[in-house]
Amino acid sequence: MLLQLEDVVLAYGKIEALHGLTIDVEEGEVVALIGANGAGKTSTMRAVSGVRGIQSGRIIFQGEDVTKLRADQRVRKGLSLAPEGRGIFPGMTVVENLDMGAYTRRDKPEVGKDFDRVFDLFPRLNERRKQIAGTMSGGEQQMLAIGRALMARPKLLLLDEPSMGLAPMLIQQIFTIITEIAEQGTTILVVEQNAKQALSRADRAYVLETGRIVKTGTGADLLDDPSIREAYLGVA
Amino acid sequence: MDFSSLIDQIGEHTANGLTKGAIYALVALGYTLVYGVLRLINFAHSEVFMVGTWAVLGVYTVLGATGGSGVGLVILATALAALAAVVASASTALIVERVAYRPLRKKNAPPLIFLITAIGCSLVLVELFGHVFRVFFGPPFGRALVSIPSLIDTEVWLDLGKTSITNMQIIVVVGAVVMMVALDTFVNKTRLGRGVRAVAQDPDTAALMGVNQDRVIMLVFILGGAMAGVAAILYTMNYDITKFDIGFLIGVKAFTAAVLGGIGNLRGALVGGLLLGVVEVYSSTLFSSNWEDVTAFVVLILVLMFRPTGILGESLGKARA
Ligand SMILES: Nc1ncnc2c1ncn2[C@@H]1O[C@H](COP(=O)(O)OP(=O)(O)OP(=O)(O)O)[C@@H](O)[C@H]1O
Ligand SMILES: [Mg+2]
Repeated sequence: MLLQLEDVVLAYGKIEALHGLTIDVEEGEVVALIGANGAGKTSTMRAVSGVRGIQSGRIIFQGEDVTKLRADQRVRKGLSLAPEGRGIFPGMTVVENLDMGAYTRRDKPEVGKDFDRVFDLFPRLNERRKQIAGTMSGGEQQMLAIGRALMARPKLLLLDEPSMGLAPMLIQQIFTIITEIAEQGTTILVVEQNAKQALSRADRAYVLETGRIVKTGTGADLLDDPSIREAYLGVA
Repeated sequence: MDFSSLIDQIGEHTANGLTKGAIYALVALGYTLVYGVLRLINFAHSEVFMVGTWAVLGVYTVLGATGGSGVGLVILATALAALAAVVASASTALIVERVAYRPLRKKNAPPLIFLITAIGCSLVLVELFGHVFRVFFGPPFGRALVSIPSLIDTEVWLDLGKTSITNMQIIVVVGAVVMMVALDTFVNKTRLGRGVRAVAQDPDTAALMGVNQDRVIMLVFILGGAMAGVAAILYTMNYDITKFDIGFLIGVKAFTAAVLGGIGNLRGALVGGLLLGVVEVYSSTLFSSNWEDVTAFVVLILVLMFRPTGILGESLGKARA
């Protein structure tokens, strides 16, 4: 098991956002987390990445309890998040942003290979190496955020709404790239509101409702589930 | 209003202003670095500078270096004094961060608490040199002005007719500019520097890249402190004095320079410092020296009325945007 969340409770002040979440991710899987606005998807990503501490429960990564580790320490363990709303460094160039993704790494030649890989996946970034990231389009910034997360060469890639605010064409493209990254051997936990795409690409998925997992299964099973179809796919 | 004197000696006054301004600029870097990363005005930074000047005096005293010393001793004493000033100032800055600010950060204290703590640290350091050390070690500690031996005689290096530029002025300005360029290069070109900019732009995202925020903060205090140390050796070489509260006015001016250039912006500190130094010297010639400090603040207010973010106006993180 690569990642296990055991009864994770996360609160913002007095408001509890996650009420005891249990999630597993196996090595090599693409796991999707779907749910409506405010269900707690981003909060889950914050808990896993360590941006926010949790109130109770445990987070185990590669058999090691990382609950008490800070976000930067978890990066060194092999966790990398492309945060919601992109969170790129607007004042840095594309290359500098990607360099930031490889901040913890000392293996220069291998970092070079990952630069090639990212530019291969996202030719658009290659054309815009020296552009100040803040001046790029939303879709380009999204590509940069994903590319930057990959530069850490993570064991587990966390993506929080990679398709947010993108045109349908680009959504297709981003998901194709996600599938490609998975095929290259990176395990992925992806949060999505775009349930149809997410479920059709994921090996397994969890459905989150107001801070609780209400359903889990393979992507295909959930796609066929009538209640899911009604609630998340807009099909009666 | 003495226009003729100002115009007549414009070169001389400009050189004096740039010399003053270079010191302000070096000290301003400390305010700007810390503000850029923590959004905190480190009021104790003026004392970081003050400690550096005492370190210079300490080295000269221990080595027995005076104006009459031989060339070898002068070089040795100056180099050691510079090193001591940098180490003393950087350590002071680091201690203030570790002892005072970090515990507050861990408790998520509101900004006002940081501000009061900063002022408190400043007072503690001032009283250490103005009173406590005097009780334990006697003079030169205390509240009196202390003179520092002038190891290198002031000579004219550049004679441009009406304007003569001294060795000290050249050393101060060149020294300051070299340090600035080095710091700017470090922040913009190195991996650690990129980490500093990342924390300045967005601390949470920086952590997601694996940047250890506490280490970046320590680095920033050390860098700012080191720059104040360089300012201290240059200041003492040029003005030959120190005092327990010498940091106060220079600190206020350097802070003004930082705001003038755009706080959080390294190049802004240089621009703000030099501009402030020149304006001060011009105005004290034009009116009288009593007007020097007033003019500095009038300029600050005017600039901020029309450009609230300062002349260059970007943050440390967005320095290249
Ligand atoms: N920083 C915060 N402070 C207080 N409450 C928060 C904070 N962040 C999120 N919440 C609350 O926690 C709950 C879960 O939010 P979260 O951002 O995890 O939802 P989400 O599933 O990611 O939603 P969306 O699809 O809109 O991104 C919401 O009720 C939200 O208002
Ligand atoms: Mg969200």
